[in-house]
Amino acid sequence: MNIVVCVKQVPDTATERKLRSDDNTLDRDAADGVVNELDEYAVEEALKLKEAHGGEVTVLSMGPAKATETIRKALAMGADKAVHLSDDALHGSDALSTSYAMAQVLNKIGFDLVVLGSESTDARTGVLAAMLAERLGAPQLTLANKVDVDGTSITVQRITDYGYDRVEATLPAVVSVVEKINEPRYPSFKGIMAAKKKPVETLAIGDASIDPAQVGLAAAWSEVVDFAPAPPRAAGTIVKDEGDGGAKAAEFLASKKFI
Amino acid sequence: MSEILVLVEQVEGEVKKVTLELLTLARSLGAPAAVWAGPGITPEAKARLAEYGAETIYVAGSSDIVDHVVAPKAELLAQLVAAKSPAAVLVAATAEGKEVAGRLAVKTDSGVITDAVGLGEGFVADQSIFGGGVNVHSRVRRGTPIVAVRPNSTAPEPAQGAGAEEEVTVALTDAARAARVVERVKQEKGARPELTEAAIVVSGGRGVGSAENFSVIEGLADALGAAVGASRAATDAGWYPHQFQVGQTGKTVSPQLYIAAGISGAIQHRAGMQTAKTIVAINKDPEAPIFELADYGVVGDLHQVVPQLTEEVSKRK
Repeated sequence: MNIVVCVKQVPDTATERKLRSDDNTLDRDAADGVVNELDEYAVEEALKLKEAHGGEVTVLSMGPAKATETIRKALAMGADKAVHLSDDALHGSDALSTSYAMAQVLNKIGFDLVVLGSESTDARTGVLAAMLAERLGAPQLTLANKVDVDGTSITVQRITDYGYDRVEATLPAVVSVVEKINEPRYPSFKGIMAAKKKPVETLAIGDASIDPAQVGLAAAWSEVVDFAPAPPRAAGTIVKDEGDGGAKAAEFLASKKFI
Repeated sequence: MSEILVLVEQVEGEVKKVTLELLTLARSLGAPAAVWAGPGITPEAKARLAEYGAETIYVAGSSDIVDHVVAPKAELLAQLVAAKSPAAVLVAATAEGKEVAGRLAVKTDSGVITDAVGLGEGFVADQSIFGGGVNVHSRVRRGTPIVAVRPNSTAPEPAQGAGAEEEVTVALTDAARAARVVERVKQEKGARPELTEAAIVVSGGRGVGSAENFSVIEGLADALGAAVGASRAATDAGWYPHQFQVGQTGKTVSPQLYIAAGISGAIQHRAGMQTAKTIVAINKDPEAPIFELADYGVVGDLHQVVPQLTEEVSKRK
């Protein structure tokens, strides 16, 4: 099975994240880049599927040069090779552009299964997997907390408000995974060393027949008009419990008409 | 006035509160038209949609729409966008709502904005990003604005609309039928409101100490008619089911009132609850960052404070 796992480098949520004042895009230099957490679950799931069914796992990442750190981590976990879509023309791409560019690459490299984390911790749109399924004309098996493949048929448990849906489709397909679908492995020392020798193919937009008019900030279908730091919340009232903390909290709730 | 399509969220024929909020919001920007996707519309549901301002109710009653994942709803909306040229399409910013919005955006070559917490003139959306640290205004530049609006962004207010029903037949493509729902498994969740929709959420964290002790959190939630949430520390410890995790990798909630008990307030958690209107925190550690957000904080042991609060709430009912 030819599995492609999409990973994104995101700014570490433990550091202060910023938008750039010049073009209102994410400032990727202001914070340390880390692997988007949910993508680690996607990598783990891809590796487990490979271990069970054979084939190979290709990492696909779109991002600036420094995203190679993230790609190496996925390779160190055990993926076989990587494709890095990196081009200055992609800067400022929104979800529509990103899904278009990634679909072009996926069509070029081919796949039986595409696996993604269900959202990124930076933009948090949660739309990319659905957009990819739409663009690729492949079944959308998203928000999965369980994935089973049997030959060319695939079944997932899709989490819902009421529990889950069991969803079936035929490969090729697009899967997104939620947290806790598995326990992502830590790269071993051997894995880290091996990752340095694994092939990483870097593609510019022209290499994947990506139309420059459909990507980047100028092409974006939506835009940030302006932004500002959230005003600090007005300092609240903090009381120490002297045996009446619950009653005092109730007073507060009553004053706000919650009770 | 231009139509604004609102995709209806419903459970077993009952219209969810978020849809009433979206209709209320749509009224300020155009003529709301509710879109019912799937079988099971009832006279009560139609009356409810009209009561909150739906001028038109498009009903696509085919079971095919709900028996396949997401794509049919996007095809239905795309068909309506082509036929009716609405000024905008609003969906609830639930996990599935956002996926519908994403596919619709591709189909209609339109921009999409997710997790709006407000929507104003020119469909300029308010968003709160980076765990609530930055407020953003954003807008769609190409196509029909598609906006996924977070539950609890607006207070639903009734204002009678005509509620004229129009049946819609949607010719689904094979691609839209590719992912088949073969079973729906309903897990017991009791009478509590749905977490992302609830007006009040009571969450417990590391300080709760055990799975059994979550009954203290549930007791307060039930007294308030609230949903129960949990921090990642609590779900990772196995004290509460993972689907109730509030935070960066879990659910994002934006309730009128959020009560955090035994939660320190790490960024992971704040990212999921910082847009709550009123925040009450109960924690033993006076230095816990959650107190920086709290409108009201009690420094104390939640095992003393929460039961007392529950009792007071019950008394005042």
